[in-house]
Amino acid sequence: MVEGRHNENAAQTLSLDGKKSEDTQQQIIRETFHLVSKRDENVCNFLEGGLLIGGSDNKLIYRHYATLYFVFCVDSSESELGILDLIQVFVETLDKCFENVCELDLIFHVDKVHNILAEMVMGGMVLETNMNEIVTQIDAQNKLEKSEAGLAGAPARAVSAVKNMNLPEIPRNINIGDISIKVPNLPTFK
Amino acid sequence: SVPSSPIRLRELIRTIRTARTQAEEREMIQKECAAIRSSFREEDNTYRCRNVAKLLYMHMLGYPAHFGQLECLKLIASQKFTDKRIGYLGAMLLLDERQDVHLLMTNCIKNDLNHSTQYVQGLALCTLGCMGSSEMCRDLAGEVEKLLKTSNSYLRKKAALCAVHVIRKVPELMEMFLPATKNLLNEKNHGVLHTSVVLLTEMCERSPDMLAHFRKLVPQLVRILKNLIMSGYSPEHDVSGISDPFLQVRILRLLRILGRNDDDSSEAMNDILAQVATNTETSKNVGNAILYETVLTIMDIKSESGLRVLAINILGRFLLNNDKNIRYVALTSLLKTVQTDHNAVQRHRSTIVDCLKDLDVSIKRRAMELSFALVNGNNVRGMMKELLYFLDSCEPEFKADCASGIFLAAEKYAPSKRWHIDTIMRVLTTAGSYVRDDAVPNLIQLITNSVEMHAYTVQRLYKAILGDYSQQPLVQVASWCIGEYGDLLVSGQCEEEEPIQVTEDEVLDILESVLISNMSASVTRGYALTAIMKLSTRFTCTVNRIKKVVSIYGSSIDVELQQRAVEYNALFKKYDHMRSNTNPSVTVITIQASNSTELEMTDFVFQAAVPKTFQLQLLSPSSSVIPAFNSGTITQVIKVLNPQKQQLRMRIKLTYNHKGSAMQDLAEVNNFPPQSWQ
Repeated sequence: MVEGRHNENAAQTLSLDGKKSEDTQQQIIRETFHLVSKRDENVCNFLEGGLLIGGSDNKLIYRHYATLYFVFCVDSSESELGILDLIQVFVETLDKCFENVCELDLIFHVDKVHNILAEMVMGGMVLETNMNEIVTQIDAQNKLEKSEAGLAGAPARAVSAVKNMNLPEIPRNINIGDISIKVPNLPTFK
Repeated sequence: SVPSSPIRLRELIRTIRTARTQAEEREMIQKECAAIRSSFREEDNTYRCRNVAKLLYMHMLGYPAHFGQLECLKLIASQKFTDKRIGYLGAMLLLDERQDVHLLMTNCIKNDLNHSTQYVQGLALCTLGCMGSSEMCRDLAGEVEKLLKTSNSYLRKKAALCAVHVIRKVPELMEMFLPATKNLLNEKNHGVLHTSVVLLTEMCERSPDMLAHFRKLVPQLVRILKNLIMSGYSPEHDVSGISDPFLQVRILRLLRILGRNDDDSSEAMNDILAQVATNTETSKNVGNAILYETVLTIMDIKSESGLRVLAINILGRFLLNNDKNIRYVALTSLLKTVQTDHNAVQRHRSTIVDCLKDLDVSIKRRAMELSFALVNGNNVRGMMKELLYFLDSCEPEFKADCASGIFLAAEKYAPSKRWHIDTIMRVLTTAGSYVRDDAVPNLIQLITNSVEMHAYTVQRLYKAILGDYSQQPLVQVASWCIGEYGDLLVSGQCEEEEPIQVTEDEVLDILESVLISNMSASVTRGYALTAIMKLSTRFTCTVNRIKKVVSIYGSSIDVELQQRAVEYNALFKKYDHMRSNTNPSVTVITIQASNSTELEMTDFVFQAAVPKTFQLQLLSPSSSVIPAFNSGTITQVIKVLNPQKQQLRMRIKLTYNHKGSAMQDLAEVNNFPPQSWQ
């Protein structure tokens, strides 16, 4: 089972199948992206897989969220409608773990996405579908990592401490009379 | 200079995203790879984790990362969870059975399976379950089996899926997991239940013995399913108002396997299936997923007929659902059941035919396949009308399959020969360039066998290509027919419709146009040339024109055509008398006798005898005297009737006078060319 996320700029794939060469993987991504991105909004979410994705037994099942496509490649042992629900659970879990997940989160924290997926799918089979359970397990493992981090982790902890402070929103423009001051774009604390 | 520490993953990602071209990105990657390589060489434990994480990112973008494989192993061997996490991830992404290096992991995994921290054990189980080779699985199966019996639900569920992988890799080990399955279904934890059902499913699918053994679990599975449905709202497992739909679907699948071909098991699950089928809330996708699975199970086991009808009607309702996905899965399952429950599916035929007009390609394809499956003797006219209309308007990717399907259905269920020919014509003219190559000889065969339709067929085909001879399969079939039945065409013998007036020249015009056209494929030209040749025995006024055409193509650049033309030319010259032969089972042989001696032969008589199944007719010889020195010959025509098309053999006797004496020669001729008697 291959899961991939695609947007207009970058295609990312996580393959837990591990049987294909890098070239083949890239080809699969390209073909998948091509097939999926030209789909209309009001067609069904199932695509018969292309030639590279292993023949007629395999299907692509995808869901479209804003600029992202979540694509699962499955064989006939999976329920098509069930996979749609699974993708939803995956996205909601990402949302919980990243706190209002956005595209940038997924790009900059690829390893974390891998970890979350690993708690849901194992060896191409569905492992856990309970969102709270998954989030609990992820949190516990992240805590374990943090406790090992020592000095190197200090800045990260400071950052997350600041993140949890309730800072008011930073104004973008300060208008006083006829003076307009543009506030420089400060890097976010994420 | 002070070496700076390797950059963080986030930093790398940020940098790469600023690249404006592929080349720029490649340069950045190469630079970073070089930095990583030297860092690896320094054997620095602190930053290994960070470097491998970066390597995995670059690998994901498609760049080679094999030089990080050993580093992954070092990370796995580290004491820190952080290191192991990335190390195992790297192993799963970069390693597989093809690299010997993966075996080095075996010991680490073995140790980690027994680690004091459950998350480390989890990592090991995950990696083994994803990419463990047969050797690794053999070595570590015992550890997995131990963990399958633990009370730690986090580990137990992972162990179950890991066991599935082990069984797939080393099927002989399946037996060893049997004891551990004994109380898997007693678990309260849904994750464990879920993966346990997956494990049980795998075992049942692989072994009929296991299947028989696990049938006794049916009551327990039914109970679990019942609890899920009846339990009311459970925030723990709720998805859109339904309690753990994923588990319900899994259980329904296992029940399907257990109930198949088994009356008792099927009966035991009958009630619960009816309950789920009637009570499931269908406003959201989750409900439909369960309903769909229930339908599939009902159709697959030995359910009572009332339940089956209920299931098919649910599918019929699905067909009318606004949600495309629901329509799609409905069509898919109807396709699976159309063989066994043909009549029930027939009731939804009009809805299915409507789906041919859907905008969604996936749905159209399913609807087309299902439509063909539903064609029978009663509905063939109506269905073909719809399918021909579909052929006209569908996307090119469907046309070849649709055309083939129509030919097949027409052959099976054609209500009349006229209808059959009309249907073929319609396909050839509508989708003539999408028809498969192998269809042409089949169609020719079909037309040959419809003897009373020959005149009608050749007329319609002639008219079809008059306007447009670009569709190759159409032109090929038409050329062949014209070549074979051209006489019927020009004599205006058509009964089915108003016969057209067409002259021999006009017919040759169109065939020659095909020959010259740029659009004609080589094969098509071959058909056209052969057709022209055949018409030389059917036409009366234009034989010279035909001879001319054929001789022109004797020097054609196209080797195929050239060869044909040369052979046809030869037929004109050497076997002219045979060409006028209208009875194919009569072989005409011309003998020529010559005399190389210095004295003439007189009273020359040729006699011949043939086997019993043949009949012989000797026409008068040209003379009874053969002059000497090869200065003249006697020719005589023999006609042999060979209705059984047996190999021609002849005993001949020559009697003559030479140098004042009576001479006699006897001989057997067995080497007649096959064309003369086949």
